[in-house]
Amino acid sequence: MPIEIPKDKWPGKIRTVTLGAMAAEGGTRAKTITVGGEGTLPFMHFETPMPNRPVIAIEIKDHKPDDWSPLLAEVWGEAMNDPAAWAKAAEAAGADLIVLALSVTGLDGKPTKPEAAVAAVKAVLGATGLPLIIFGPGQAELDNELLVPVSEATKGERLALGICEDKNYRTIVATAMANGHLVTARTPMDVNLSKQLNILISDMGMPGDRIIMDPTTGALGYGIEYGYSVMERLRMAALQGDAMTQSPMIVTTGFESWKTKEAKVGQGVPESWGDWKERAINWETLTTVALLESGAAIVVLRHPESVKRVKAAIEELMVAA
Amino acid sequence: MALSGIQIYKLLPKTNCKECGFPTCLAFAMKLAAKQAELSACPYVSEESKKQLAESSQPPIRLISVKVGGYEVKAGNETVMFRHEKTFFNRPGIFVKVKASEGEEAIKAKVGAADAFKVNYVGIDLTVDGFAVEADGGDFNGVVKAVRSVTKRPLILVSKDPAVLGAGLGVLSGENALLYAADSSNWEAMTELAKQHHASLAVSAESLDALADLTEKVKGKGLEDIVLDLKSARLGPHLALSTQVRRLALKSNFRPLGYPVITFAEGGDGRDSVVAAQAIAKYTGFIVLDRFAPELVYPLLVLRQNIYTDPQKPIQVQPAIYEINNPKPESPVLVTTNFSITYFSVANEVEGSGLPAWLVVCDAEGMSVLTAWAAGKFDAERIAKTIKGFNVADKVSKKRVVIPGHVAVLSGELEAELPDWEIRVGPREAVDLPAFMKQAL
Repeated sequence: MPIEIPKDKWPGKIRTVTLGAMAAEGGTRAKTITVGGEGTLPFMHFETPMPNRPVIAIEIKDHKPDDWSPLLAEVWGEAMNDPAAWAKAAEAAGADLIVLALSVTGLDGKPTKPEAAVAAVKAVLGATGLPLIIFGPGQAELDNELLVPVSEATKGERLALGICEDKNYRTIVATAMANGHLVTARTPMDVNLSKQLNILISDMGMPGDRIIMDPTTGALGYGIEYGYSVMERLRMAALQGDAMTQSPMIVTTGFESWKTKEAKVGQGVPESWGDWKERAINWETLTTVALLESGAAIVVLRHPESVKRVKAAIEELMVAA
Repeated sequence: MALSGIQIYKLLPKTNCKECGFPTCLAFAMKLAAKQAELSACPYVSEESKKQLAESSQPPIRLISVKVGGYEVKAGNETVMFRHEKTFFNRPGIFVKVKASEGEEAIKAKVGAADAFKVNYVGIDLTVDGFAVEADGGDFNGVVKAVRSVTKRPLILVSKDPAVLGAGLGVLSGENALLYAADSSNWEAMTELAKQHHASLAVSAESLDALADLTEKVKGKGLEDIVLDLKSARLGPHLALSTQVRRLALKSNFRPLGYPVITFAEGGDGRDSVVAAQAIAKYTGFIVLDRFAPELVYPLLVLRQNIYTDPQKPIQVQPAIYEINNPKPESPVLVTTNFSITYFSVANEVEGSGLPAWLVVCDAEGMSVLTAWAAGKFDAERIAKTIKGFNVADKVSKKRVVIPGHVAVLSGELEAELPDWEIRVGPREAVDLPAFMKQAL
């Protein structure tokens, strides 16, 4: 019997956001990345095609972190000691773009200096042609101290600067606006807070196509269901036409997953957890895939094997029939 | 899907005879819609209307139960597309597949290991739900017997050949298995077999149109315990089809596809884990894994718990003393509430830091620290009662307790409640705990 498939007709759509600028646009990137633009729930190609596939960023640091899982240290090896080499390795591992997360302190144990941050960003820009997202260390004053000079030194590159939060968005937004960059706006797993921060940033005059929302998530087993449902609700609000929820979403699933004991630790855990490495990769991959299906446009990962698996999953999800 | 009062009214005689006890047929219809009256109260309703009304009161996705002894896997009866709209109800069954060609000894070892597998997640023991046995040659009767000898869990029997499945079913008594699968060529014999053995039947076709035709034929022969096989190899199309089937059932009240779905998670390089994860989040009722491995099954079981958690209720963890990183008597005592996210944030930060600690979780009715404090559910009295109730003093050599920075205001009262304890105010956010523990304790 011929069946009439129920299709959702949405009045709104997700805003298109382009990261990175090539020479013609005043930057030095070899390519740009465009996300968003869809007018359906994730991968519902039978309603209207999804114009841009979700993309994978790999997170690197300005120097070797001392609190990452040994599994990550093992796979990235020597490259972790040099952000330029790490960025190259990340590109080779299949990253669509790079997230450079600046550390609170330098190797000398003192707070990271602005010149060091700028040098690290420049080194990464020199090593890879991929678009770049820069995260500050996550402490309001230090973020401002580092991100402003980074923003000025990279004028026109169309980087995304983060992390803007409700208490600390003004300086980052102002410098991003002045230097042709984008911002990522993070709120703690709440639809209304996401919307509110987007309004605050827009009120400063930042154009909508330069804002990426970070709704925050928990890893598998550690609150993923909250992130999952908040993202579904944000996506539905956007499609229903709420302009202040229409930014593409970024989620740092690698950061969340590799914090968990399941991923981070190999010894002194129950035998029923199985093989450590495979479990860790599954943790990162499954957290990521679940959130891609609830609306993520940019996922930020840490392990190259997870990148490979998520990439394969995105390829398949983009197949219409 | 439930009919409205007006829709029901159209099916009634509209004579206002009052014999049902209500003044008009419309009033009776309204009571029926509100489930405050029984249709049998109307002596004149037609057989045709009765049938339609009975159908409308059935759930849009039929509940299918695969069971034996004390084990039961239920799928169906779902009412929403998104978990935030209400909740998802019946967690999909996770089955591990074995093939007859693997040989009886290997099968017994694999099934035995998977059957014994048990993993603890937030105080709950999680296990696999059952096994799928595929007849790819050999003596199917013997293979099913071998499987049944090492597990008491429900089974899915896999073959296109009704005679082979019959041989397998011969081993099983007093149970409701799931047969996979009927298609356009074998459906009549499969339906008879399923009816005879009180089994459910998976039905498989190349398109939703063909699938709907086939389920109607099977239903026409008297079997309603049907499971849908969407036969789509790739993630994108499978997601689209699962969504369409769910929408047709819930939004269009389309009966021929109002059944749960079965999904086979296959593929190397971790693809099977991704397929199974999508199946959990997006509407599958029965998931069949190609292999058993704890590092695959554990994350899937956790994802299933998470997605099927009722979002209307705050999730709580059991109030208790949680031991983190094997604490010793001199390790610090930390206090927090039993809201699961609060607990996880704290436990995760401390665990990640590698520092040992005793984490005392108070019953704050599932609220976070600030909310619970504001509601009077996390005060000095409750904290003191918890510390005393769990005999924390017997476990530690240093009577020193760290309270969350957000409730620093409680420290004075807590000193009064716990006179022989040192009260310390910790950081406001869990993320700052490791640094605090390293520097201040």
